[in-house]
Amino acid sequence: MSPLLDIKEVYYSYHSLEGETETLKKISLSIHKGEFISIVGPSGCGKTTLLSIISGLLKPSKGEVVINKSLIHDTAHCVGYMLQKDHLFEWRSVYSNVLLGLEVARQKTRENLDYIETLLHNYGLQDFKHFKPSQLSGGMRQRAALIRTLALKPEILLLDEPFSALDYQTRLSTADDIGKILKKEGKTAILVTHDIPEAVSMADRVIVLGQRPAEIVKIFTIDLSLRNRTPLASRSAPEFGQYFNAIWKEMASYDH
Amino acid sequence: MITKSSEKQAAFIKNHKKQRMMITLLRLLVLILFIALWEGASNYQLIDAFIFSSPSRILQTLSEMVINGSIFYHTGITLFEILVSFSLGTFLGVLIAILLWWNHQVSKILEPYLVVLNSLPKTALAPILIVWLGHNIKSIIIIALTVSIVVTILNTLNGFHSVDKDKIKLIYTFGGSKMDVLRKVVIPANYANIISTMKVNIGLSLIGVIIGELLAARAGLGYLIIYGSQVFKMDWVMMSLILLALLATGLYQGIVYLEKKVSRYNM
Repeated sequence: MSPLLDIKEVYYSYHSLEGETETLKKISLSIHKGEFISIVGPSGCGKTTLLSIISGLLKPSKGEVVINKSLIHDTAHCVGYMLQKDHLFEWRSVYSNVLLGLEVARQKTRENLDYIETLLHNYGLQDFKHFKPSQLSGGMRQRAALIRTLALKPEILLLDEPFSALDYQTRLSTADDIGKILKKEGKTAILVTHDIPEAVSMADRVIVLGQRPAEIVKIFTIDLSLRNRTPLASRSAPEFGQYFNAIWKEMASYDH
Repeated sequence: MITKSSEKQAAFIKNHKKQRMMITLLRLLVLILFIALWEGASNYQLIDAFIFSSPSRILQTLSEMVINGSIFYHTGITLFEILVSFSLGTFLGVLIAILLWWNHQVSKILEPYLVVLNSLPKTALAPILIVWLGHNIKSIIIIALTVSIVVTILNTLNGFHSVDKDKIKLIYTFGGSKMDVLRKVVIPANYANIISTMKVNIGLSLIGVIIGELLAARAGLGYLIIYGSQVFKMDWVMMSLILLALLATGLYQGIVYLEKKVSRYNM
């Protein structure tokens, strides 16, 4: 089976008057359909840059990103992107926020609207459609943001520390919610985080990036002996601690 | 928990109402006292009513002008000039801000000129405009426009630039265009900012219109003030000032009302 997403020797540098800063160095990665990948690394190492490249917002300086055998800029719409904050617009109702993606992509079809109804219903936001975003809890806001992204039926979801603005309690349950939703919808996802337990609890594979310019230092395949794996349940798996320690050591070895 | 009916709560509300009543009464008292002192002083010739006018003379002038209808004519002209220059200033100002936001290059090029224009006392332009456009309503409106438009452009543009970069990125992640960013994020995120610019604008338009009328008008409250002072009809001047104060307050309250409506739906 050929991979859904193929990142081939991607380099990225940005330019400023102070000079050229190399951010990504020779990143190669293949991701299969339905896989959940976590990327961890020191802050400022270029994780967000990598997501921006995968989403087609930035062009790599060298190398290419292939999705479903076509180059990324032809298929930008099949990648959904969740940013650090939910960015629900306060001047719109929850429902109209959820519609934003469809509006912008000009895909407000009957079928897609029905799909949104189903998502709102399944994920407990049906009764809050006409509320203002500020009336929702942090976890509900994040779910609304996820539905906004899912509405466009992306094949790959990019999650850029989407839980970092939440308090610890909400963070655990929202990660659990969103992990379950993505599994249920059969989505491929890439999560960027600097929280190692979060990375391990959600992922099939954890990619460790090094200091800038970021290279892939190591890839851990997470194999937990659990029958029904959910992000929350993963945390009590017997192997969880070992993975945590191994990744921690890996990151500590170049962190100073 | 909030209980609505305890004795202490009732006492608190009663006290609060009493306080508010007190303030309203005292406010009225200040006004009445001021008018009474003014009237009394001119009656007992402590001040010269010919120069300082007096409430009763103002009232008499007002009723004469109401009867012959001329007051509606002058107030109407001034109001018309204010509304036209205010609408034009807001509309063109926001439009130009949008164009400058859209084209970063042009914005950069024009920046120093806008800064100079902003610091220049626009009233200095009034005589030139009158020479160019003549003694008419058109030049008064343009004078008022020059007073308000630069501030509108700069305030609005500033608001546009302070929109959260990630909100803009969000639109691009949906495959949106710059037009989508403008329509879905930049403008809606700036409703409140535009309204507060309008608040400043209504005051500036008023200043602009009165300056224009003082210099070039044949009608309007500004004309009554300058003409009245030239022929020593101070009753006209004082009455026009009072009407102007009422007009300014009314217009400002109109914007405040608009702000409340918008913020109920948007904020």
